[in-house]
Amino acid sequence: MASDTLAATPRTDAEISGLDALEIAGRERPGSRARRFWSATWPKLAALALVIGIWQVVFWTGWKDPWALPAPGTVFADLGRYLGSAALWEGLATTGRRAAVGFAAAVAVGLVLGLGVARVKVLRAALGSMITALQTMPSIAWFPLAIVLFQLTEQAIFFVVVLGAAPSVANGVIHGVDYVPPLLIRAGRNMGARGLNLYRYVIAPAALPAIVAGLKQGWAFAWRSLMAGELLVVIAERTSIGAQLTYARDFSDSPRLMAIMIVILVVGLVVDAAFGAADKAIRRRWGVLDQAGN
Amino acid sequence: MTSTTTTPRSATGSVALRGVTKVYGQGENAVLALDGVSLDVAPGEFVCLVGASGCGKSTLLNLVAGLDRSSGGQIDLGDGVNPGLMFQEPALFPWLTVEANVEVPLKLRGLPRAERREKVAELLRTVHLAEFGRKRPHQLSGGMRQRVALARTLALDTPVLLMDEPFGALDAMTRDILHDELERIWSERRLTVLFVTHNVREAARLADRIILLSSRPGRIIYSTRVDVPRPRRIDSPEIANIAAEVTDRLRTEVGRHGQ
Repeated sequence: MASDTLAATPRTDAEISGLDALEIAGRERPGSRARRFWSATWPKLAALALVIGIWQVVFWTGWKDPWALPAPGTVFADLGRYLGSAALWEGLATTGRRAAVGFAAAVAVGLVLGLGVARVKVLRAALGSMITALQTMPSIAWFPLAIVLFQLTEQAIFFVVVLGAAPSVANGVIHGVDYVPPLLIRAGRNMGARGLNLYRYVIAPAALPAIVAGLKQGWAFAWRSLMAGELLVVIAERTSIGAQLTYARDFSDSPRLMAIMIVILVVGLVVDAAFGAADKAIRRRWGVLDQAGN
Repeated sequence: MTSTTTTPRSATGSVALRGVTKVYGQGENAVLALDGVSLDVAPGEFVCLVGASGCGKSTLLNLVAGLDRSSGGQIDLGDGVNPGLMFQEPALFPWLTVEANVEVPLKLRGLPRAERREKVAELLRTVHLAEFGRKRPHQLSGGMRQRVALARTLALDTPVLLMDEPFGALDAMTRDILHDELERIWSERRLTVLFVTHNVREAARLADRIILLSSRPGRIIYSTRVDVPRPRRIDSPEIANIAAEVTDRLRTEVGRHGQ
């Protein structure tokens, strides 16, 4: 029904759809979701079981006194009690709030800094290598200065969290903007995208995977800095997770100490997994995952 | 006043180059890429630029597209004409669906949503991809992606199409089909096409006129009309004859650099 002007076209129509069908055949991947989930999960569970097993064996050898290194069973029993206590949830609320505020500030600083360095030549020359240098600085080394500047307050913690996480976020942005394929920029410009529109339609979405990777790394730094901060900067009326960890050590309460460590580990893992899922979703949309054969 | 540029219009798209020169670098390291190229392309004409490596074919297209600035000479496309540019790679946005890719130029032109949706559907029908609008570029084959890129370029609704070896990365079968497609769209929409290729047969198959460029610096050294009636076949004897003629000239030119 197409009003084609050339005689040969009806044959071509059939050819085109035939060729299309042949070329994209077999691109949809089979395999049930549950099976894929299980094949990804069981090695992790096995590794976990192995770690707990080794721990139990070390406990049986009597290498350390039971009050210093408790058995896994003891720790998990205490973890159960801890999960039911108000202390955990209050601690999580305090720590979670600090993590959210600190990370959000770090993201804001990192985005502005990253965009500035990526766009402005002078800023790149001045700050480019400094940002990478900042990343190599162990965040705990900032605390003495932070405590001198802000005393034992939450500001001291935020100061270090932002310094720890912002460089990673900034680096993600710089990396993302730098590696936007020039061809996409040329295509965008040819379509009439200039200035802000070029950022909106081409550069920002093209840089997104690298930015998410930067956020993920930034979160890891923020969480570590926060835990270091909470151990050092204990504010009496706010029993954060880190503060509880310090108390547990002060009272030589090893089961509680290890239960808290497990909570810290799990929180870190859960947030990391959320970033990982976002990253994977983006790469799947882009078709990067399929090409890699994952 | 509402604009009347939304339907395929009779081409106002002539392209005029006057002594266009391009120099890369400065001082002793300067390289003369294009040396006084003058060329008139009539509205609705299909011109193929052929040349060996280093003849500045792509440079010339970039200059006409306004993505690069010439060192001398004039380029005249007529008032307010923004030519569409296609590359060897489709250069689609991988984060968008096929539909959304085609929609980007329409958004940038400020068309309202309903009109955009209508145009996207029409353009995808034009390139025979109506059922693939919801797919993502990576789910399509190379030839299909290049057709999406063509639809996206047509969405600019420009009378002038610049194509930089757009079918260079495709297999012969797919390329044949895309030649038919491009020829149909060109004649339906009365487009002016400036098509760069190093494939002489492809040039003979498609062009009204073939222009041969020398290498380092790029100059026009030969030009010939292709008076074979359309539709044409790339494997027909007439096309082969013309291709042989151009190939001979091209070999002579390449041989000049071997001494």
